[in-house]
Amino acid sequence: MDKFRMIFQFFQSNQESFMNGICGIMALASTQMYSAFDFNCPCLPHYNLAYGLGILLVPPFILFLLGFVLNNNISMLAEEWRRPQGQRGKDPSVLRYMFCSMAQRAMIAPAVWVSVTLLDGKCITCAFCTSVPVETLGNASHSHLSQGEIQRVLARIPCKEIYNGQQLIANEVAVRYLRCISQALGWCFVLLMTTLAFLVRSLRPCFSQAAFLKSRYWSHYIDIERKLFDETCAEHARSFAKVCIQQFFEGMSTDLVAARCHLPRKAPADAGDAAEKLLGITDQGTMNMALKNWHRCKPPLHLHPPALPTGNGWAGEGQSPLYSSAPRRETAAYYSWV
Amino acid sequence: MDRFRMIFQYFQSNSESVMNGICGLLALASVKMYTSFDFSCPCLPQYNVAYGLGIMFIPPVILFLCGLILNRQSLVMLEEWRRPPGRRKKDQAVIRYMCSSIMQRAMVAPVVWIIVTLLDGKCLICAFSGSVDPEKFVGFANASTVQVQQLLAKVPCKDDELMRNNTSRKAVSRYLRCWSQALGWSILLILIIAAFLARWLRPCFNQATLLQARHWSNYIDIEQKIFEETCCEHSRLFAHKCILHFFESMRQEIKLHSFSLPREGEGAEGEEDLLRGITDQDQVNKLLKMWYYEKPPLDVS
Repeated sequence: MDKFRMIFQFFQSNQESFMNGICGIMALASTQMYSAFDFNCPCLPHYNLAYGLGILLVPPFILFLLGFVLNNNISMLAEEWRRPQGQRGKDPSVLRYMFCSMAQRAMIAPAVWVSVTLLDGKCITCAFCTSVPVETLGNASHSHLSQGEIQRVLARIPCKEIYNGQQLIANEVAVRYLRCISQALGWCFVLLMTTLAFLVRSLRPCFSQAAFLKSRYWSHYIDIERKLFDETCAEHARSFAKVCIQQFFEGMSTDLVAARCHLPRKAPADAGDAAEKLLGITDQGTMNMALKNWHRCKPPLHLHPPALPTGNGWAGEGQSPLYSSAPRRETAAYYSWV
Repeated sequence: MDRFRMIFQYFQSNSESVMNGICGLLALASVKMYTSFDFSCPCLPQYNVAYGLGIMFIPPVILFLCGLILNRQSLVMLEEWRRPPGRRKKDQAVIRYMCSSIMQRAMVAPVVWIIVTLLDGKCLICAFSGSVDPEKFVGFANASTVQVQQLLAKVPCKDDELMRNNTSRKAVSRYLRCWSQALGWSILLILIIAAFLARWLRPCFNQATLLQARHWSNYIDIEQKIFEETCCEHSRLFAHKCILHFFESMRQEIKLHSFSLPREGEGAEGEEDLLRGITDQDQVNKLLKMWYYEKPPLDVS
């Protein structure tokens, strides 16, 4: 009992820490992707906004979808959602719980990307450099440039090497201004996300704890049931295959005996297991014929009742019992700790 | 019995050391975040104060909330606080103990951030460069008010063209950094003395109540873990039974509908029959189809 509990605890924490580990790895991957990405602002009036906002918003969307794809439980959710009702009612709160947990974990990497992007400042500098308030920060009144010209000059702010508007507004002043705004946005975003996460986590016990326990239990149950069913089917398939092949060899052996019209050699009483394992096939020609038949004419998927497993069935391997009393190789199900 | 006790001790020490570990990791993360954050003072009169003080106070709030979120015990405490009394009375001392231990652990990372910020000095220089008295510094003494404000606001930016070789800028910068570091060290000293006193003087007051509160808060934590484990076990056994029933009912149905000869040899029934009467392709397909289209009811009575 103790050992059972210890092993369960290990697998349970393992599965959880596995899921959290994937989450953490994706968050690290997103920071690594950002630092490896070579940001290259186009420095042209209308392209800047598209490029900057694109880099800010498209990769998070990709990371969000990736978060779902990498989560094993998505197929379980889809299966449970689409199955016909049958004799077992469907509980929408369980589906909601499963979806929420997955979505929460998938949101972490995109949030990290957006925060890192905003705190770094290059994207916002690129996207909004044409909106810098030149009147307050520079000398708008002194220049005689048209509006379009001013826009073109401002668009070059992120590209220091080609910037030619030092009289209009100093490059460092504009960059510092934009970066300050970007970092303020970044910190506010992080604060908002953290506050939301905190509220979600702390308000739940105050309002719907019983419903939560129920949903969590049944989502766990669905996962375990699916795994156990797969295991049972695998066991069944193994036994099926074993018996099928045994019947095939017996069939071959009987055919050969009938064809050659000679009495089967009785194995000496003390030959033991080895003679039994040969199943009446004792020479090269017969073996080759057996192999050829296996390829050309596989037996039907239909076991003859009298040949179902008896005590000394096959190949010396004992039959594995149905469910051993020892704890099985069991992975505990998905748990949400958010 | 001994093994049981060993496991319990393991859980108990494990959750505390896990919480302390998380606390330490968050503190390290806050230092790392500060060093990797690219501090860039806007050097504009109204924006400096907002930026400097924002960088000093918003990340600590974030770190505090993270400390609460990542601590498993905070959930346990909330559940204990909000549960209906039912047949078990609620002990306010336990809840207070849990709350205070959670808060103490969550406060470590924000305090580390604030102290690192103050000892580094950039935030305070950025925030308060516009508030120094210009008369004290030669370079700023004789300029008009508006100009002085503009110049002082640019002090944190070493590379600004106006400030590049300005010695008064360095003087202001050193002055503010000195104040910032003094503040940082003072806060650190006060906090350490407070922690020392709290730990040292605690046994003088209410030791018995403290021991009780600590015991019961540990108990609540362990009880929660064991409940979850038991639910895990239970759902596994439930699933096992449910699937067995399902296979059994399929076998019954097949017996009813097919005319195959009953299996000879009662011996086959005596031992475990892995095939459970499902012995050909159609039967297997039917079983799998039934599993999808009509899952068995959740009733294993």
